[in-house]
Amino acid sequence: MPILLEKRQLVVPGDLIAEGDYIAGENTYKEKDKIYASRVGIVEYETKKVDVVALRSFYVPRMGDVVIGTIMEVGFNGWTVDINSPYPALLRASDVLSRPFRPQKDDLPQVLDAGDLVVAKVVSYDRTHDPQLTVAEPGLGKITRGQIVKVTPTKVPRIIGRKGSMISMIKQETGCNIILGVNGIVLITGKNLEDEQLAMMAILKIEAESHTTGLTDRITQMLRQEKNKKGGKTE
Amino acid sequence: MNEKPEKLIDKKGLRLDGRKPDELRPIKMEVGVISNANGSAYIEWGKNKIVAAVYGPREVHPKHLALQDSTVLKCRYHMASFSVQERKSPAPSRREIELSKVIRESLEPAIFMEYYPRTMIDVFIEVLQADGGTRCASITAASLALADSGIPMRDLVVACAAGKIENTVVLDLFDTEDKVGSADVPVAMMPNLNAITLLQMDGILTYEEFEKAVNMAIEGCKTVYAVQKEALKAKYVTVKGEEESQEEEVEE
Amino acid sequence: MSVITKVKRRQIEQLIEKNSRLDGRGPLEYREMKLEQGLIERAEGSARVLLGKTEVVVGTKIETGEPFPDTPNEGVLTVNAELVPFASPGYEPGPPDENSIELARIVDRGIRESKMIDTEKLVIEPGKKVFVVFVDVYVLNYDGNLIDASALAAVAALSNTKMPKYEIEEGEIKIKSGYEQLPLRKHPITVTCAKIGNKLLVDPWLEEEQVMDARISFAIDDDGNICAIQKGGSGFLEPSQVFEAAKIAKEKAKELRKKVNW
Repeated sequence: MPILLEKRQLVVPGDLIAEGDYIAGENTYKEKDKIYASRVGIVEYETKKVDVVALRSFYVPRMGDVVIGTIMEVGFNGWTVDINSPYPALLRASDVLSRPFRPQKDDLPQVLDAGDLVVAKVVSYDRTHDPQLTVAEPGLGKITRGQIVKVTPTKVPRIIGRKGSMISMIKQETGCNIILGVNGIVLITGKNLEDEQLAMMAILKIEAESHTTGLTDRITQMLRQEKNKKGGKTE
Repeated sequence: MNEKPEKLIDKKGLRLDGRKPDELRPIKMEVGVISNANGSAYIEWGKNKIVAAVYGPREVHPKHLALQDSTVLKCRYHMASFSVQERKSPAPSRREIELSKVIRESLEPAIFMEYYPRTMIDVFIEVLQADGGTRCASITAASLALADSGIPMRDLVVACAAGKIENTVVLDLFDTEDKVGSADVPVAMMPNLNAITLLQMDGILTYEEFEKAVNMAIEGCKTVYAVQKEALKAKYVTVKGEEESQEEEVEE
Repeated sequence: MSVITKVKRRQIEQLIEKNSRLDGRGPLEYREMKLEQGLIERAEGSARVLLGKTEVVVGTKIETGEPFPDTPNEGVLTVNAELVPFASPGYEPGPPDENSIELARIVDRGIRESKMIDTEKLVIEPGKKVFVVFVDVYVLNYDGNLIDASALAAVAALSNTKMPKYEIEEGEIKIKSGYEQLPLRKHPITVTCAKIGNKLLVDPWLEEEQVMDARISFAIDDDGNICAIQKGGSGFLEPSQVFEAAKIAKEKAKELRKKVNW
């Protein structure tokens, strides 16, 4: 029984990928004996499982995801956070204050106000409730400086690269610290604006060309060229 | 105002715009045209010019309309005042309300409604210029906008109409043919699943003519489907050679 | 709209597999149908249809008015439908929603495309004054298949509609005494099929409508021609099912035609 399409083939919803005894993986579905793509993407398969790596998608929260979000609303015992997903997330006051919330004494907008950015982790989420976040772990909390870039969530693995090769290279070439939210929001903090913008350029280029090969080399080259143009200000 | 044309099909069997009975008008599609929307598409089908955009899945407003086990699909089909010969009032007409409903019902079977409970998907269609067959072009564009937004779908939905003018069953009627002809049958389908999601008809047809018209519309759908797929892939195909053409124009 | 229980849904689906329905009907059987005409004296024409427990009353009114600019030598037909709030627990008062608009337009299409009314005979002064026929559909109880019941009631109401006689005296229209029948050519009948599982059944009742994947309605004229079609519902039909439904509609329309005397 055949796989009808080759690896790395570009598919759109409704394209028939395989027929027979296969398992429908990411962004595919099975109808009777046939596996179809459900999103625009690239076919991948390993042994019996057929996946489509989506090129067009949006972020759906999962437990344990580290995300970057924007505070939208201050509620009476917590905050509503926009994590770039169909569902708004909840951050409880008690989580941020690391102690029970005292409505008379604690002034929430002083701690986090609408428009603030946070790095947080998804601690609970299911079909019946909106996702809940925590910042009570090292590395999480309010963001005070840096640049924010929004990318399609499915491109995040490409930005990380195999064994982190791509992201390490960018960090090295630009001297910036980069936090990649699984939800497609990226925080870049560098020594100066130019370094941050260089890193941003690299990340956006990866997003645009994520489906091509030889990307790591091209990005490295581009970063070096840009730095030379500026007369080698960065180390 | 407009004179009724004497003949819709001439002695050589050609229609007023030079087409053969089973010929489609030229069609062009482009995906990702409205940057603010989650997904969008623009279609030119003959003289029709239509934009479709999708927002969602996102929070439901008003909250009480949210469904616990399904997303809510909303659709708004609207014609711009200048889209037709005589200025049309911007207020939604009864026709636009009916079309909004049937278009929504044509797209819903393609969406995995149960994947994102307590969310809402908004499909907005704006007809900038109309020349017959706007619902078919709208459905085709809306389906691209949904795929562009990354909403998982069973298949693309494509639509095409067939009808009857002067005793001949023809494909893809333009406005004059629709007004003066004797029947119009718009059909929308998910081609890979052989599923018809919209079917309407006005006019008079015998059962045999009806069967012929539907089959002709289905063939038209399959042709347009190929153009749809190419439009979605266009962003990602690097110009390599002859087969990976960026052009989506269809003459047949 | 009340939610149907999963148990009921399974029950209906299982019965359909065996070509049987909860109320004992076969898949191609209509519920008991009662037709009453002329019940509203104030209206120019009227009819009441009871299809099972679905109840629809249609009244027609005739007024004079201007023709549409692109049809200066034809009278005007306008159809409106109201889903009266007490007709169903889910109905609320308010302007017509998409369901009542769709219903009105489907009924309108059957009448208009079959050329039921000889609109050329409704002209008083070409391009200036014509008769306007108002068909108003009122759904009083919703128990499934509003389309067929409403279409039937509308056609029946038009069949007993009386037009006022008039004469033009010194450029003015004077209404004379007496009436004449509305000039009619055809009597379309609409048949709706619902798809549940992989089966088609006619005249879906309320709970069947809550379970069905899709419905498709065909308006059939006296000669067996199809003059209007509307697929509804958020499911789909295969092409073979569409053609099967068309054949069923043609047959059932013929049967229903024998039962009514309008």
